[in-house]
Amino acid sequence: MAALDEHLLRDLTPQVLGAVVRRFGDFAASEDAVQEALLAAATQWPASGLPDNPRGWLIQVAARRMIDHIRSESARRQRETAVMNEPVSSLNPLPAPEPDKSEAMDHDDTLMLLFMSCHPSLTPSSAIAVTLRAVGGLTTAEIARAFLVPEPTMAQRISRAKQIIQASGVPFEMPERAERQERLAAVLHVLYLMFNEGYSSSSGQTLQRTDLSNEAIRLTRAVHHLLPEEGEVAGLLALMLLTDARRIARTGAAGELIPLDEQDRSTWDRQAIAEGTNLVTSSLSTGTVGAYQLQAAIAAVHDEASSVDDTDWPQILALYGLLKRMDPSPMVALNYAIAAAMVHGPDAGLKLLDALATDDRMAGHYRLDAVRGHLLERAGRRAQAIECYQAAARRTMSIPERDYLIGKAARLAATPAAGD
Amino acid sequence: MRFMLMMHAPRGTGDWAVMKWPPADLKAHIDFMHNLNKQLVSEGAFVTAQGLAGPGDARIVRATKSGVPAVTDGPYAEGKEFLAGYWIIDCASADQAYAIAARASVAPGPGGTPLYIPIEVRQVMSAPPTD
Repeated sequence: MAALDEHLLRDLTPQVLGAVVRRFGDFAASEDAVQEALLAAATQWPASGLPDNPRGWLIQVAARRMIDHIRSESARRQRETAVMNEPVSSLNPLPAPEPDKSEAMDHDDTLMLLFMSCHPSLTPSSAIAVTLRAVGGLTTAEIARAFLVPEPTMAQRISRAKQIIQASGVPFEMPERAERQERLAAVLHVLYLMFNEGYSSSSGQTLQRTDLSNEAIRLTRAVHHLLPEEGEVAGLLALMLLTDARRIARTGAAGELIPLDEQDRSTWDRQAIAEGTNLVTSSLSTGTVGAYQLQAAIAAVHDEASSVDDTDWPQILALYGLLKRMDPSPMVALNYAIAAAMVHGPDAGLKLLDALATDDRMAGHYRLDAVRGHLLERAGRRAQAIECYQAAARRTMSIPERDYLIGKAARLAATPAAGD
Repeated sequence: MRFMLMMHAPRGTGDWAVMKWPPADLKAHIDFMHNLNKQLVSEGAFVTAQGLAGPGDARIVRATKSGVPAVTDGPYAEGKEFLAGYWIIDCASADQAYAIAARASVAPGPGGTPLYIPIEVRQVMSAPPTD
């Protein structure tokens, strides 16, 4: 058999895990059993050929592992209870054969697994890790590489997260409509963070980390396929595609950061832009509008412009105005200030920044200084701009960001300008 | 977020003081560190940790214009403390890093009493931007 289609295994993962959890109930142990089945497939299938029913094969192997697990657990309990001289509780290690499943059930399984993996009591990094394993079908080693931590550390992080999920007692069933919306929002947030984790880190293991973005897009695509009517799912997928379309353009040969206004727009991925734009356009025309859709719409406006000057800034300002009402976070306010500066001039933006500086969540954040530097530069106030760029460079924890900001300050200092 | 936890120990006369401790005390100290590392793995925070050889083996290397690097015993930064070992940990906040550093700080010394080792905590750069 030719190289094993990795996507087949990854696509089957939630279906197989769903079937096993449904049969045995124990999420943590089922998830381990499915990982073992996936590893067995990865080693056996290339030699023996693809089984006729890969999904059935995986479920069978995982179920066998589960039965072994239950037997050894039950034997252990029997030993313990024998010592305590208590009656042995009877476990039923051989469940009934699984009834035929419809495709709709598979769909529900994927969603339910996402709801479990993106449980609100987990830290974001744990939720991302569990999601990558239980729904994405990645191995612990692959996840550890993506997060740049040793494999045992990641293994423990995942196993702790699964214990938390187990202890929360969340049942493996579709929640009621109202709760479903809430849980879906948590899932989308985790997928959004997964995408950012891969997208925003540009040092060192760039290639490995961008896998996180690809995986986030793949999983969001799957959710969109399951819930095509959900505008925010379409919005998030569009946002990822429209942002990812600029991936190649945003870093230089040495890994340095290239901001939007200096990017070579001919390297943007037109196909991703077209898909993202279509998605957001059709989702905006139906139903209620959410924050991901608005962010995607803003990204689409940027992506369709041939340069910064050609960008439809009034439209971006209007979209940020809507977003600001929906999401009163300081980062949105910061972007609103940038758009206002592009429409009404740098002083209008600087005035908005002054108001923002009193926000505790924003005070001392390097982005505030970086944006202020940018607007001061546009206003021709060179000395102040240099100061702001340097202050921002001192505060950022990202090396590419720091190098970019130091470069900005240095270039400005070297260019004699009028109006100082 | 990643942090480097740097454990400082008295420079002394070139050898770590632990080398002169009674064997049982040294063993208790080493066991404590092993245990701490194991706990950090199980908490999902451990990235790496290393102990460094004594100050007497440290060298300063500097390239020179002649092309032959100069390798000298010093000069080192002023101060009585010398880097004895470090951890790289991955956790959610600076406060968590401080809490872990505090756990390392009470490693046992002679007679099993806590050493209250000073641990310098520094964030490792190239975290993704926070937004």
